[in-house]
Amino acid sequence: MTTVAIQASGISKRYQRGMAATSGLLRDTLALALRSPLKLFRGDRKENFWALKDVSVEVNEGEVLGLIGRNGSGKTTLLKILSRITLPTEGWAEIHGRVGSLLEVGTGFHPELTGRENTFLSGAILGMSKQEISRKFDEIVSFAELEKFIDTPVKHYSSGMYVRLAFAVAAHLEPEILLVDEVLAVGDIRFQKKCLGKMGDVARAGRTVILVSHQLNQIRRLCQRVVWLDGGCVRKTGPAAELVSAYEEDMTSGTLEDARPAEGPAQFLRWKLVGENRTADHILPSEGETSISFLLRVNQPLHGVHHGIGLYDQHRHLLWGNAVDGVTLEPGLHEFRYTLPTLPLRPGVYSWRVALYDAGVRIDDWECVPNMHVVTVPITHYRDESAGFLNIPSNLQIHPADSFQ
Amino acid sequence: MDPRAIPESFHIEPPRGWFNLRLREMWKYRELLYFFVWRDVKIRYKQTAIGVVWVVLQPLLTMLVFTLFFGKLAKLPSQGLPYPIFYFAAVVPWMYFASALVNVTNVVVENQRVITKVFFPRLILPFSAVLSGLVDFAIGFVVLVIFILSYGIRPTFAALLLPFFLLLAILTVLGVGLWLSALNALYRDVRYLMPFIVQFWMLASPVAYPSSIMPERYRWIYGLNPMAGVIDGFRWALTGHGQAPGAVIVASSVMVCLAVFGGLIFFNHMEVSIADRV
Repeated sequence: MTTVAIQASGISKRYQRGMAATSGLLRDTLALALRSPLKLFRGDRKENFWALKDVSVEVNEGEVLGLIGRNGSGKTTLLKILSRITLPTEGWAEIHGRVGSLLEVGTGFHPELTGRENTFLSGAILGMSKQEISRKFDEIVSFAELEKFIDTPVKHYSSGMYVRLAFAVAAHLEPEILLVDEVLAVGDIRFQKKCLGKMGDVARAGRTVILVSHQLNQIRRLCQRVVWLDGGCVRKTGPAAELVSAYEEDMTSGTLEDARPAEGPAQFLRWKLVGENRTADHILPSEGETSISFLLRVNQPLHGVHHGIGLYDQHRHLLWGNAVDGVTLEPGLHEFRYTLPTLPLRPGVYSWRVALYDAGVRIDDWECVPNMHVVTVPITHYRDESAGFLNIPSNLQIHPADSFQ
Repeated sequence: MDPRAIPESFHIEPPRGWFNLRLREMWKYRELLYFFVWRDVKIRYKQTAIGVVWVVLQPLLTMLVFTLFFGKLAKLPSQGLPYPIFYFAAVVPWMYFASALVNVTNVVVENQRVITKVFFPRLILPFSAVLSGLVDFAIGFVVLVIFILSYGIRPTFAALLLPFFLLLAILTVLGVGLWLSALNALYRDVRYLMPFIVQFWMLASPVAYPSSIMPERYRWIYGLNPMAGVIDGFRWALTGHGQAPGAVIVASSVMVCLAVFGGLIFFNHMEVSIADRV
């Protein structure tokens, strides 16, 4: 017989957009009150948006459930509600069991404190008792491989050491229900593997887990069932392998045509990765050719317009850009296909931006959503912080330098 | 006992009601309260090069400045006490109050990362800030007692009332701090107001002068400031000199209880949305 560990029913969460957008200073609110005093008392003062809308999820005891979806689809909000960090606007949830949530690595760490002190502090914040931490302390330290530095303030740690300790503490949390948000995406590969192993142990130990990850292979490996969130709603629920494939399919070919209103002289409608090198698993090869296509609908003839493209990482760093001038297009559908001899990106989430301008006036400037997910194997430096932006294969030879000029 | 021995269930639903302190939950998280206090104290003593010395030096220097300017130069009355004693007995509780008030006000904002990543009863944070200041106070208090004894002043039975005055100070910090910390999470400019609030409050309390210079008929207004009762009470209880707080302290206590009660309601009301707003 299976028992339900988490039952959520009709969960909705409304945020007020203005809240995060304004500086949160009293003077702004006062200024608003002076400018338009009536607005302050009307409900429409701030723009509302629903981060979650009528989401129902049921998780059985001992089940590992994956949550997938684009950025902003409500995954983290759902985890925050289930871990009681924030309350739902509507709906309810019933949780049976002690909950531990892991929404960030190193929650509660303080740079001035030593590794030992931070272990206790972070452990306590994550929900362990002092006694429990004392009992597991040696295990945590050896898991993090920091025996020598445990009494050093963590401000002197390298970021790799920091992450190792932080994760070691979190990995030894033993709640009945564990909510994890994208935290495995850090650290070097060897340590990531170790953590995945630990997570696997947790799952096998019959603990209930909800896992959010953009690393779809992780989801495939660890989860039995997956909930796919899209725009704050549950799009689909089902077996992990099936749903992850469907999701990948959706991610690689951009939005549906009707997602962008048909206005203006021309518009980009969708994008997709094309070519033989792209495997069904949505793994971008580090070597070899990659092609990306953008579909443009032209409503009126365009003469001598400017076209630009940019590839951004998830921190909005521009990684690559290109532009051409003097593009002339007849009405109809056009495919813009970029072929890159190599696209050496490290695993992660990337986004495209394509634009058309006519003498500086915007025709279309599209920040392509959904994002592109690169699930390739990192082949560079084994420590994440030393690996840089690119995933370029290299070959090192060391020989006597007699011939060096 | 392993806490997991007791199966735990809880229900999540939209915020409702206007007063639900969930004290049982607070009690369950008492260890975290301890850890927050422990963290504050550790960090405070680590960040200053001279650590404990600084804690002693701060009230001592303030006392010296007051003695010099308000005492020797302005010649304010001191209720028959030597100036250093008169000022030191007031500066020690005042400094606790002032620093704890600032810490409580900032505690929610400073812990925003933790607040947005982990659940715990948010009320723990202001409590921890109020309590962690007591370590500094305890050190200052020991120095104060040594000081008083070295001046040949022997405490009377009135000293037994000291815990009451300290409690009143703690509750004042809490009562006002709960409001300020929740407001600070909403409007960051509260932080900039703090230096003025603290400064005005000190002038409105008998720190630099005895409350006896206040005309009798305004005394009751004065009593609405709980710190007036606390400071007077401290001087009186420690030295046996000066104003024994009477009716004024009753007014102060009532004020404080109202402030704490209102503060709890306000904080509790804001608590449900704090993670969304900080």
